[in-house]
Amino acid sequence: MTVVIACAVGVVYAVSLLLLLRGSLWQLLLGLALLSHGANLLIFAGGGLVLGSPPLVAEGAVGPMAGSVDPLPQALILTAIVIAFAVLAFALVLGLCAGEAGGTDDLEPYGGERG
Amino acid sequence: MSDSIVVAPILIPLLTAIAGSLGWGRARFQCTIGVAGALALLVAAVALFVRVHDTGVLAIQVGNWPAPYGITLVADLLSALMLVVTAVVGLAVAAYATTEIDDRSLAAGFFPFFHVLLLGVCGAFLTGDLFNLYVWFEVMLLASFVLLASGGGRRALTSSVTYVTLNLLASVFFLTAVGVLYGEVGSLNLADLAGKLRTPGALEASRPVAMLLLVAFGIKAGLFPVFFWLPASYPTAGFAVSALFAGLLTKVGVYALIRVFTLLFPLSETGLAPLFLAVAAATMASGVLAAASQGHVRRILSFHIVSQIGYMMMGLALATPLALASAIFYVLHHIVTKTNLFLVSGLIERAGGGEELARLGGFGARRAGLAVLFAIPALSLAGMPPLSGFFAKLFLIRAALDVEAFVSVAVALGVGLLTLFSMTKIWNQAFWKPAPEAHGAQPRSLRGAAVGASAALAVVTVALGLGAEALWSVSQSAAQQLLDPSDYLRTVLESRP
Repeated sequence: MTVVIACAVGVVYAVSLLLLLRGSLWQLLLGLALLSHGANLLIFAGGGLVLGSPPLVAEGAVGPMAGSVDPLPQALILTAIVIAFAVLAFALVLGLCAGEAGGTDDLEPYGGERG
Repeated sequence: MSDSIVVAPILIPLLTAIAGSLGWGRARFQCTIGVAGALALLVAAVALFVRVHDTGVLAIQVGNWPAPYGITLVADLLSALMLVVTAVVGLAVAAYATTEIDDRSLAAGFFPFFHVLLLGVCGAFLTGDLFNLYVWFEVMLLASFVLLASGGGRRALTSSVTYVTLNLLASVFFLTAVGVLYGEVGSLNLADLAGKLRTPGALEASRPVAMLLLVAFGIKAGLFPVFFWLPASYPTAGFAVSALFAGLLTKVGVYALIRVFTLLFPLSETGLAPLFLAVAAATMASGVLAAASQGHVRRILSFHIVSQIGYMMMGLALATPLALASAIFYVLHHIVTKTNLFLVSGLIERAGGGEELARLGGFGARRAGLAVLFAIPALSLAGMPPLSGFFAKLFLIRAALDVEAFVSVAVALGVGLLTLFSMTKIWNQAFWKPAPEAHGAQPRSLRGAAVGASAALAVVTVALGLGAEALWSVSQSAAQQLLDPSDYLRTVLESRP
């Protein structure tokens, strides 16, 4: 199970880095969107994968039952997803405006100041 | 309860940003709120510094959960010093912006985003938790994206693609490091992590995380070889925005490097010091050499940010108490000086109608005041006595000589000389040579608030030079806290909500 997720993380990272390096504005934005999902999946896997044992606190107990999954990575991912969503929304609008200003999907003219 | 002053530097910019956005579109109102908020932040930062200086590390657990589960805010001397200098340049840039930012940008929410940026910077300095550091980085970045893209027209829009991409990439590196570290060690609270990483074998196992963090913070700080986004984007932003970025953003990366590589992965124990020294030397040299070939005021200054980051990195890499103290001193000096140079470049553009050195000239005779305003931070950056930059370099080089890092000393001295060359180039071209033939752009008169803000920072630079001894002793205490974090650890882990 962990191996499958680990491979999936690797594939997502590889695909998004490939997209970033393609030299096209829209593929760059897609790459950025995908990359954050890869990181989220990695945190999810890093927290340890346990099947069918939600971190519930039994009545009268002070902590979750022994052997249940660690809830913290999921809280981290939730935060990271919200942030990534906001950043992606901004990046898409920026890409749209920059694409109009630059007039091309080719990334070469977007390098900014050149020495 | 009295420890809750730790929250003030986060709450004040937040409330200012909210208050500012209530008056959306009203330029005068925005300016008043913006400057008042920056002033309040300065007062709070100084109060916090005095408390930390008198009583030691302060920490609170937001949300009433004890460490290491809660949201920890910690202020040690390094954080407090960074907050004070952030507030100083924040106030200066806010005052500068009241006249230099056009009404359209003001109406589009310059000041609310400005304060959100300060919020992210202050949060990053105060947080005691690696994941929250990521969140504060994102707050800061998103505000900087908006400020960069909205301020400077078409060119800023296209060049901000580079800035956004590289910074998001750095964020993902950071998040990956956070995920792997949590998987390995099971905590993200800095104080808790520091304890857990001290167990045998833990540091060796976490070395990949250390490298990921080095790359992530290195991109943000502008280290060799990942600094290219910086000179590509800063010169295209508005002057006030680029001054704020130049002073603060890369230094948050440097702060994160200092914090992580003293508290979590001390360089003496991880064996990364030679790598850090090499990166520092390459950063110093490549920045200054690239600057030497430029003919545009802010492009020269942007490459100099990179080379100056190398000096701070060198202090961190040497990792002795003296070297660390000089790195802290260097950061503080650099924030003030660099912000001021970017503010002055705005004044030069205004007075001369452009930023290309070939088109400028004759300010020495016509604008003696402007010449003084440029000369003070420029000479300080190059390290001339008695200005703050001289002492920063002096302490750093003495620390390097103590551990016989002669190659680093040679590079640092050579780069210092080339920095002086670059500053002399701007001086010769803009101030000394006669004004070139008219080229269409009309010079405009300078305005009081902008000149005042720049003059105030020049006074701070001179004061840091004349009062170097006091700042040096505080920097040494801050370095001492970093190298012996027992007070930090005890305060965080034992503080009750």
